[in-house]
Amino acid sequence: MRPFRYERPEDTDAAVALLSEHDGARPLAGGTNLVDLMKLGVATPDVVVDVSRLPLDTVDPLDGGGARIGANVRNADLAAHPLIRRDYPVLSRALLSAASPQLRNLATTGGNLLQRTRCVYFQDVTTPCNKREPGSGCSAIGGYTRYHAVFGHSDDCIATHPSDMAVALAVLDATVVALGPGGERRIPAADFHRLPGDRPHLDTVLERDELVVAVELPPPVTGAVSTYRKVRDRASFAFALVSVAAHLEIDDDEVITGVRIACGGVAHKPWRAARAEELLTGRAASTAAFAEAADAELADATPVEGAEFKVPLLRRTIIAVLRDLAAEATGGRAGITGEEGPR
Amino acid sequence: MEMRITLRVDGAQHEVTVDTRTTLLDALRDRIGNYSPKKGCDHGQCGSCTVLVDDRRVTSCLSLAVAQDSRDVVTAAGLSDEGLHPVQQAFVDTDAFQCGYCTPGQVCSVVGMLDEAGQGAPSHVTEDLDAEVELTDEEIRERMSGNLCRCAAYPNIVAAIRQVRDSAPADREGARP
Ligand SMILES: Cc1cc2nc3c(=O)[nH]c(=O)nc-3n(C[C@H](O)[C@H](O)[C@H](O)COP(=O)(O)OP(=O)(O)OC[C@H]3O[C@@H](n4cnc5c(N)ncnc54)[C@H](O)[C@@H]3O)c2cc1C
Ligand code: SF4
Ligand code: FES
Ligand code: FES
Repeated sequence: MRPFRYERPEDTDAAVALLSEHDGARPLAGGTNLVDLMKLGVATPDVVVDVSRLPLDTVDPLDGGGARIGANVRNADLAAHPLIRRDYPVLSRALLSAASPQLRNLATTGGNLLQRTRCVYFQDVTTPCNKREPGSGCSAIGGYTRYHAVFGHSDDCIATHPSDMAVALAVLDATVVALGPGGERRIPAADFHRLPGDRPHLDTVLERDELVVAVELPPPVTGAVSTYRKVRDRASFAFALVSVAAHLEIDDDEVITGVRIACGGVAHKPWRAARAEELLTGRAASTAAFAEAADAELADATPVEGAEFKVPLLRRTIIAVLRDLAAEATGGRAGITGEEGPR
Repeated sequence: MEMRITLRVDGAQHEVTVDTRTTLLDALRDRIGNYSPKKGCDHGQCGSCTVLVDDRRVTSCLSLAVAQDSRDVVTAAGLSDEGLHPVQQAFVDTDAFQCGYCTPGQVCSVVGMLDEAGQGAPSHVTEDLDAEVELTDEEIRERMSGNLCRCAAYPNIVAAIRQVRDSAPADREGARP
């Protein structure tokens, strides 16, 4: 690890000031990603700004509904929070599927959003990687790509974003609140992470001297159901091959009045399945409709070599999640568990 | 860069000067001489370095020691006071270890896990997020998934946890320094 100066600022303004004074300064929260990458030589901050004791560690109800989650709320605490369990089960489920209990006791809301890709070449400083060292090349192309992209990748980088929590935040239409030298700024969670393009070293739209201070959730929709499903190589403690977060509203005639779907493990950012959502809105809930929507979304998929298996896997996962949610919303009534329809 | 920090480890106060790069795990083992937590992967993947910091189980290999300044750390060694802690006793009773390398981390993890379950925290396999937590074998396995055992003593580790689960809550408290 490279030597660094350690600072523990008193308040958020002092933290932001440290970040803007030093190009090589990085915030430290739980450390579960940053310290790991410092050990590997991937992250080499000169100044480590420990923000973990700043008082951003509560979940507070917002006036008019919704909730504000402080950036330092631990992933374990957020998953177990009564308000989150009751009103935003998709978020609890996503958090509980991530990492291990010991890591969730350290990992924070802000740190989880800013965690870097798990691309093995990114983590190995002896190999070229455009994300780690712009312009050096991409070792993953033609290499080990089981965890790589299906949507939105470029010739410069084919990595995926590993966060489960971020996928849930994308279907919740959450807002990331950032504090910079010029004050606070609000960024829709769905726009927070970026596609690689020719600048894959930038994972998010956050400026280097901005601190995430909170994530805000809009009021829950009465009668809506939501969940998160993660498919992985082992039953627990593994990153997603693919994952699906979904939110569904169905009226008494079993017509879909609201639907939001986001996919993890397939792109540089949580992938909102906008085409599938559009196709389903206003239609009667049925497995055939869900299959059609999944097919429409996946028609544009361009899986990298080695990740082709994710297309049928994601198709089945989307259908299964929507079918289960529809059954939950309608108390298990018929019409929803019918035939899958065309492929 | 060096910094002076204070750590309370297994009930004893330690003032140590550490390079800022030192992890909590290395501070415990190399500076304080507490060899209870083990270094396995050093990257958060195996759980053998698990300790309790301010009563919560964490991987000590991914925490910087300077960031833990003035915190209360309990290792598996510090759990026993006069006799063995009930979790340690259950590991002995059920033959829950082979080489024993992962055991201190397993033991700390069990203590933290029982606490989390006692507070009603759900897990990935909990069907109903609002229901009371019941420590079935499936729940135990999921909640212990952060601790890998290369000797694969898993069935007996689950048996040890069952034994503690089924003991009276008063016995479970055990000795905390
Ligand atoms: C073995 C292992 C398995 C894992 N499995 C999963 C998994 O299955 N799913 C999953 O989603 N995650 C998984 N993770 C990742 C884990 O969830 C993240 O490491 C964690 O959420 C990061 O949070 P942290 O507080 O520890 O961040 P840190 O490591 O402290 O920081 C991470 C990054 O965020 C920046 N940062 C931190 N706080 C802020 C802030 N407030 N504002 C701006 N920047 C900030 C840091 O500078 C750093 O770049 C796993 C990690 C490990 C080690
Ligand atoms: S996929 Fe992206 S992160 Fe992985 S080696 Fe290529 S450039 Fe680096
Ligand atoms: S040594 Fe810390 S988790 Fe493996
Ligand atoms: S007993 Fe040998 S590693 Fe677990």
